Amino acid sequence: MVDHAQKLADRVWQRHSRKQRLARYGVFFVTLLVVVWAVRDIDIFWPWVWDAPTQIANLGGRMWPPSAAGLGAIINALIETVHIATLATFLTIFIALPVAYIAAQNTTPNRACLWLGRFILVSSRSVNTIIWALLFVAIFGPGVLAGILAIAFRSIGFIGKLMGEAIEEIDRRPVEAMQATGASKAKVIAYAIVPQVMPAFFAIVILRWDINIRESTVLGLVGAGGIGVILQSAIDTFAWPTVATILLAIIVLVLIGEAITSLLRRRVM
Amino acid sequence: MTPQRYWKKPPFIHNPWLRYGLWAGVTLYLLMALWTLPFDWARIAEGLPRAARIFSGGFPPSFERLDLLTQGFKESFQIAILATLLGVALSIPCAVMAARNISPLPVYLFGRAVIIVSRSFHPVIVAILFVAAVGFGPLAGIITLMLYSIGFVGKLLAEEIEEIDWGQVEAVRAAGGGFMAMLCYAVFPQILPRQVGLSMYQLDSNLRASAVVGIVGAGGIGSTLMNAFGRYDYAFACAILLIIIAVILVSEGISGWVRKKIW
Amino acid sequence: MLEITHLTKRYGRNEAVLQGLDLHVEGNSVVAIVGASGAGKSTLLRCINRLVEPSSGSIKLNGHELVKLKGGDLRRARRKIGMVFQGFNLLDRLTVMENVLAGRLGYLSLYQAVMRRYPQADIERAFTLMERVGIAQYANKRADELSGGERQRVGVVRALMQEPDVLLADEPTASLDPRTSEQIMVLLQSLASELSLPVLINIHNVTQAKAYTERIVGLRHGKMIFDGVPDDFNQDALDAIYGGIESPDDSSSDDEAEQGASP
Repeated sequence: MVDHAQKLADRVWQRHSRKQRLARYGVFFVTLLVVVWAVRDIDIFWPWVWDAPTQIANLGGRMWPPSAAGLGAIINALIETVHIATLATFLTIFIALPVAYIAAQNTTPNRACLWLGRFILVSSRSVNTIIWALLFVAIFGPGVLAGILAIAFRSIGFIGKLMGEAIEEIDRRPVEAMQATGASKAKVIAYAIVPQVMPAFFAIVILRWDINIRESTVLGLVGAGGIGVILQSAIDTFAWPTVATILLAIIVLVLIGEAITSLLRRRVM
Repeated sequence: MTPQRYWKKPPFIHNPWLRYGLWAGVTLYLLMALWTLPFDWARIAEGLPRAARIFSGGFPPSFERLDLLTQGFKESFQIAILATLLGVALSIPCAVMAARNISPLPVYLFGRAVIIVSRSFHPVIVAILFVAAVGFGPLAGIITLMLYSIGFVGKLLAEEIEEIDWGQVEAVRAAGGGFMAMLCYAVFPQILPRQVGLSMYQLDSNLRASAVVGIVGAGGIGSTLMNAFGRYDYAFACAILLIIIAVILVSEGISGWVRKKIW
Repeated sequence: MLEITHLTKRYGRNEAVLQGLDLHVEGNSVVAIVGASGAGKSTLLRCINRLVEPSSGSIKLNGHELVKLKGGDLRRARRKIGMVFQGFNLLDRLTVMENVLAGRLGYLSLYQAVMRRYPQADIERAFTLMERVGIAQYANKRADELSGGERQRVGVVRALMQEPDVLLADEPTASLDPRTSEQIMVLLQSLASELSLPVLINIHNVTQAKAYTERIVGLRHGKMIFDGVPDDFNQDALDAIYGGIESPDDSSSDDEAEQGASP
């Protein structure tokens, strides 16, 4: 009988071992604690929260139906947005490639260049587009130049980092073969490195262009050109139906951008 | 016997019309874009002295108003945590709806539409709308980033669900399990590792985004930064920027480390 | 005329891979270098064109010392030394013709190289050599579309385009099937006599070494332990080279040779 009970006790099934259970409870408890702290401490006026769905529905109601009044201006602003994204992507290429070159471990001339390159990439990536825009608007005044520079400065980190990784992943053997022919460093790059990173380059630039179109839509909110400028002014004048039209236009733009991107990507690959 | 032999690199695009047309088109586009964009050259010319003033004003960064700084960051963290939690929780039903293999067509289309709409808008645009709807402050930030998380996590999870091993679903169905049983036993276990990784990634990315939605008034350190900029207090703005960069680097490191541990 | 005296190479603090090696190669002889993996064969060839830096010793090609050369002098010396690789080391995404003409990179200006404006004489020579080895019809194909044997022919032609004074072949047949590898060996042998060129071939396959070369050099643990005509290369010599217990660091030294190859 005792024997039997022992056997049964052995056969009790549990999903997790004791240690696993403790770890799970630990993670769960810490998460709970953090959430409770965040909810209790955050500076929110709670009645507003319960009121929020009504307010949002209310705003949605005021937006409907979208007004076609300023459609011409909206389309012009959309084209300007695309221009900003494209010119910024184009500009970025010229800056990002040399940075990628010095930030890749196998092509960097020396350690100082390596760290300089990495520093440029990290600082470019850590500052958001809109913060870059804020800075450039303060410097060059409101307008498209600030927008182009903001998008470009943010893209340098993105394209530079991915290109640097592509350079680091190349096949070393053709490089060795080119060195064996007595080619200089520039020729080795042109023959053994450039062809290998070409597909990655196109893919990365196309991807970034797509992202840049989305980012360009918000530049105007801090005065740096594009569709955001008229969005901001429509919101400031409570012209909600126009706001709705602009939002729809942005969705269309983003979808078109995505379609072009996937078409190009299939072409290049 | 040996005639003159020529060799030229075969062009990348074989049709010469297309080849030169492409070149001409690109050049034309660049010229036109530069021509039509409204550059205010007089204002731009003032840029360099202004840049000098801003940067000399920004150095050395001033950490005197430390309480404002910590207050702003605390709020950003809170926004990021709550938005991630709500967003990830809501992204699961959205992902289930938007997965073609387990949802009927109308539900699928609805789920996809939700994801596409929440992905199309930059969080800053969403933020400005919610600021208009529910007022200035962290609430607008939380709702914004929640939507942002639903779009991102929902899309990737839906793709993950569409790629699950279908045999397990059939096994649960064969055992007589209903829809919920199928989800809990055949679908969720397969996407769980990805789900946890995505949540960590999203927490990191919400923390970044919470710094920028504040610029349009949705709370957090972004609002603090915007105020400093508005008051031409460049030394304080510079300090905020430096701390933002540092926090982003640390959070990127932590989230990368956790994701590596889990995988 | 290639004279190697007291050539020593050690990686870091490990035991030397080459221990005071002496080797003289004259005229248009084809020399096979045999030995177990890690015996130092690859390091020896790579020391000659300085893809690997020798630790000490002297290497003279037609009376010119190679060991102390730097920068431009080294590049001018390298273009007189052709090299064929085990993995072909072709530029996969470029055409066969560009691969072949890449052998002229040491002679071309940067403009000519980048714009593919090769001199007519080089193109003629490329066609002649490609016809000689039977790959002329592939001139405009991408290098990665060819089969293994064809790829190695491209590698051989590329090396010959350098108008070398000596040809180094590092396991040129190890990645090929037996039939193709014999064709490549025949090709190397006949090219050596046609162009009156000394050829050094690293080779695993002792049968091929005996069949296609007129001198065999056996290496073991970085020392030369056999040097003579193929007829003298008997079972004893074979046992001396491959037999016995491998030295403990044998397996690692080959990897290091490859790492050391990138300056």
